[in-house]
Formats: sequence, C-alpha cells, structure tokens
Amino acid sequence: MAVIKIQRPKLRFGEKIYLTALCKGFFLTLRHAVKSLMGKSMGAKDLASSGLGVTMQYPEQNWDAQLPAYYRGAPALVTDEQGRERCVACQLCEFICPPKAIKITPGEIPSADPWAKVEKRPAAFAIDMIRCIYCGMCEEVCPEQAIFLRKDYVILGTSRKEMVHDKQKLYAIGGVRTGLVNKWNELK
Amino acid sequence: MLLFLLLIKIVALTFCVVLPLVPVSVYFERRFCAVIQDRVGPNRVGIPLTLFGFKKDCGILGIGGLIQPIADGIKLFLKEDFTPNHVRKAFYWLAPALTVAPALITACVIPFGTPITLFGHTEKLVIADLDIGPLFIFAIASITVYGITIAGWSSNSKFPFMGGVRSTAQMISYEIALGLSIIPVLLYFGDLNLSHIVQQQADHGWLLLPLWGHDASHPLTEKLLFWFPAAIAFLIFTVSIFAETNRMPFDFPECETELVGGYHTEYSSMKFAMFFMGEYAAMVIGSALVVTVFLGGWSLGFGTDSWISNLSLGGFGYGGLIHLAIFIAKVVAFILFFILVRWTIPRFRYDQLMKLGWVIFFEAALVNVFLAALIVAAPHLQGTIISLGALLLLIVTAAIIWVAQVSEAKPNNLRA
Ligand code: SF4
Ligand code: SF4
Repeated sequence: MAVIKIQRPKLRFGEKIYLTALCKGFFLTLRHAVKSLMGKSMGAKDLASSGLGVTMQYPEQNWDAQLPAYYRGAPALVTDEQGRERCVACQLCEFICPPKAIKITPGEIPSADPWAKVEKRPAAFAIDMIRCIYCGMCEEVCPEQAIFLRKDYVILGTSRKEMVHDKQKLYAIGGVRTGLVNKWNELK
Repeated sequence: MLLFLLLIKIVALTFCVVLPLVPVSVYFERRFCAVIQDRVGPNRVGIPLTLFGFKKDCGILGIGGLIQPIADGIKLFLKEDFTPNHVRKAFYWLAPALTVAPALITACVIPFGTPITLFGHTEKLVIADLDIGPLFIFAIASITVYGITIAGWSSNSKFPFMGGVRSTAQMISYEIALGLSIIPVLLYFGDLNLSHIVQQQADHGWLLLPLWGHDASHPLTEKLLFWFPAAIAFLIFTVSIFAETNRMPFDFPECETELVGGYHTEYSSMKFAMFFMGEYAAMVIGSALVVTVFLGGWSLGFGTDSWISNLSLGGFGYGGLIHLAIFIAKVVAFILFFILVRWTIPRFRYDQLMKLGWVIFFEAALVNVFLAALIVAAPHLQGTIISLGALLLLIVTAAIIWVAQVSEAKPNNLRA
C-alpha cells in the first residue's frame, strides 16, 4: 500500500491562541464535577452509585445483589444431600494451588463407617486466606466436586492464624450442595 | 514587648493561617479531583472519639474526611525515614528544608488584612511591612529552585537528576516572565509595598475590577484603559506562577510517566512530606500573591472596606479579622482554580514549555510593560507624543511577532 501522508489539521486563529480551548475545558470539567456531585454521572444508575460520582460506598452499601454468578470468592468444602463430606483427600487441589495456600492431612475412614468404601477423607484441611489468590484452580481440578469458590468476600481476621480457614470453617462456609454427581452411592 | 508581639504575629499568621491552608488545599485537591473523576475521595476520616469512650466518631461540620490530611501526616511521620546509600548525605538532608522554608518565609510580606485594634494598640496584619514586597517574594522564592535542584543532584540517580535539571531550567525561565509581568502593575500603583497596593485597590477598585472609587486622580477612563495591560499581566503572571510552583500543566520536575517521582524519587517519610508541603505552600503563597496584586487582597470591594475596617466592639477593632477571612476565602477560591486547572489541562511537552516561556511570555510581558507605561503616562503627555509612542509600540510588537514566527518556521524537507 502506498504511503499516505496525513496533513495536520490547520488550526484557526482562535484555536492557535489556546485560550478559548482552555476556557471551554474548564467549563467542561466543572460541568462534569457538578453532574458528579448531583449523582448524575454517566452510568451512576447502572453502577448503583451512592449519589456521589459512580462510587458505591462500601460498608453502607455493598454489591452483593450485583454479584455475577461466576464470582469467585472464598474457596470452601461442601457436603452433599447424604451428609457425606465429598472431599476424598486426593490432594490434587493442594498440588495445583499456585500460591500453595492449601494444606491437607489425609485420614482413613474407619471400616465401621457406612462410607467405608470411599477409604479416605481429610483429617485436616486448611486454606490460608492470606495466600489464596481466588484463582479457582482448586475447584477446577477437584475430581469429586468437593471444593467450590463461594461468593463470600469479606474475610477478616486480626492475626495470621485467624486468616487460616480450617476444615470446620470451610464446611461452614461451603454448606450443603445438592444436584452433584454421586458416584459413591450404594446402587452404583 | 514589641518583640513578643512580633513573635505572636509570626506564629499566628504563618502557623495558624498559611500552614493550615496547606492541608486544606491538599484535602480540596483530593476531593475536587475525585468529584471531577466521578469518584468520592477521602470522606471517612473524622475525629476518632470512639477511642476515648464516646459513642460516635465525629466529623468536623458533619463532613467526614476533613481530618484526612492529619492522618496522612501521621502516616508520613511514622514511616521509615530511609536514606539510600548512594546519596550525597549533607545535600540530601538540606534539600527538603530548602523547599519548605522559602515558601513560608515569603508569607511575611503578604498583607492579610487591615490593622486590628486591641487595648488601644493597633497591630498591622502583616509580619514585615517591607517597601519591596514583590521583589522580596521573588528573591526568596527563587531559593526554592536550589531545593529541587540539590534534591535531584544529591539523590545521585538518573531520574531525580533529570527532574532537578528540568526544574532549574523551567523555574529560571519563568522567573523572567514572572518579574516582567508584574512591572506594569507596579508602574500603575507607583509603589512596591504590598499593603499600600492593596489599600489603593480597596479605595479605587481592584486592578481587574475597577468599578468604584473614581476621583480626579483616578478617573474611570484611565482605570478601564489600564484594564488591558492588567489583564495581560494577570494572565502571564498566573501562568508563570503555575510554572514556578510546578503545578500540573508544567509539572515537569516530577512527572510520573517519565521520571518515576522526579526529584523526590529517593525520598521517603517526612523528607518527602516536606517536599510535598513545600509544593503546596508555594501554591498557597502564589495564590495569595495573585489575589493581593490583581484581585484586591483583603478588600471586599465596592467601597465597603473603610466601613469594615472601622468596625469595632468596645475598643476591639475586629474589622481586620473580617478582612482576614475575606482574604482567606479569596485565596481558597484561587487554590480551587489551581486544582481545576490541574485536572483539566494535560501536561505540556518540554520544548513547548520552553517555547511558551521564552518566545511568547517573555516578549508579551516586555511589550506589556511599554503598553502600560504609555497608558500610565498618557495623561501627562501631548497627543502627538502619545500617538508616536503607540505607533512605535505597534511596530515593535509586529516585529517581535514576525521574528517569533520566522524562528518557528520549519526547515524545508529536502526529500519532499
Ligand atoms: S482459589 Fe486458587 S489460590 Fe485459592 S485455594 Fe483454590 S487453587 Fe489455591
Ligand atoms: S477438595 Fe477435591 S481435589 Fe482437593 S483433596 Fe478434596 S477431593 Fe481432592
């Protein structure tokens, strides 16, 4: 293709002198500021703004209602409708976790247990929420549909220890999840 | 006794009027820019009364966030004051002080208001009523350049160095325009004492709003005629102040996109805070100067000033305090303008800055001096001499414009 030479636009005198453009700019900015003060910024409605700019002011307002279905919050373990903890302590998530946030101690299921044929479950399961980057790899890699990223995002603690979610906490966050594949049922 | 009074005045005016304006302008800067950008800005920090057992935290005037600058200050105080190994220590330590101190020293010639009378004693609201006000300010303010340059050099690394060099060139260039642009004003008032300049503006109309107080020696036509050189001077002066204080359209010494942090890249903690403070203090003083010289200083205008300054309550002449409040309001308004400019106009290119300073403002200020001189002298001259002068001025102006344009012409591209 031939080279196309582009001419710079020829400026009129008023534009060259720069002052009028400056004044126009001031009014533009000011108008925007006034709009923003009155909560009429572009997109303020869609973003559920607090009435100042487009910002939602956090502790009073939160965006829980706006959270998308694919939101990735805290990872948590789940039980199913039979009350069985689904994790079989295969440790795949521990290996895949990029920042090494997960620590699993596998344990044996005693033969008296109705789910004895599953053989393993975690004796301890800890996710360090300071390390977790919410990547969702653990959810993706889990062969048992046992770990899911929930919508919880307020994870607080006053010490490093408090920020480590142990097994109990993980099940509390995860809760019961129904409609998952049940490959350990009696019938199968 | 006198020394004591002076000390009180220095402490009151510098530390209770000028210095608080610095955090206030920082707060305004953050809130205003947030609003311009559709954000909220710092609106939470209040007085943490809950720490002392009260039920609720309290914001001043019901506005949260006003304490934010104090929180920032505490944060900067508590940060590690890190001195890199490769710096030239003595100068590295000297530089921050050299940026803050001059800005605060210049405050001493600014007239903050009319005299206050208390217990039969009248006290002027200006620390040093010097007869060379503007010159003093220029002389001291140019020391700020040393602060920034020394900071850049002593940091001993490339980005601060470039920032320092840039600021030297920029501030020296614009000091010329700054000094020249104020000459017409001084010609007009025939006085270098800022208090007298403001008093004259209060009596006979502000320089940019000469609408009251006409008399035989101050006829309306002359004042209106002088409005034009005054407006040109105002424009050049304001823009030069922006350049002098390294504010946005001209913030070359510290432009983040090119120079990381500029001259204060290697600084942390309170030393950085001093640069920060120096910058905003310079901005406060700059606005105070513009307000004093062009916008009537402490005067409310329209002939109300002598009435206000005579207000008194049982021997306590409090009119000066009202004037002080008016002055501060004007300064804050001008600071808001500073901020508006910062968030409206993108940064210039470096060569554009130099061209603006040397080719346009320098010449314009020079021509303006002669224009103002002609207008000031006109009543005392004969018609022919005036027209001769005007003609000469026109020719000189045309010649300057022509030279500027010729020097700007691009060389022909040989390959076409
Ligand atoms: S979300 Fe990512 S980082 Fe967090 S525990 Fe799972 S794999 Fe690890
Ligand atoms: S959560 Fe899933 S991947 Fe992780 S150990 Fe348990 S079964 Fe394996």
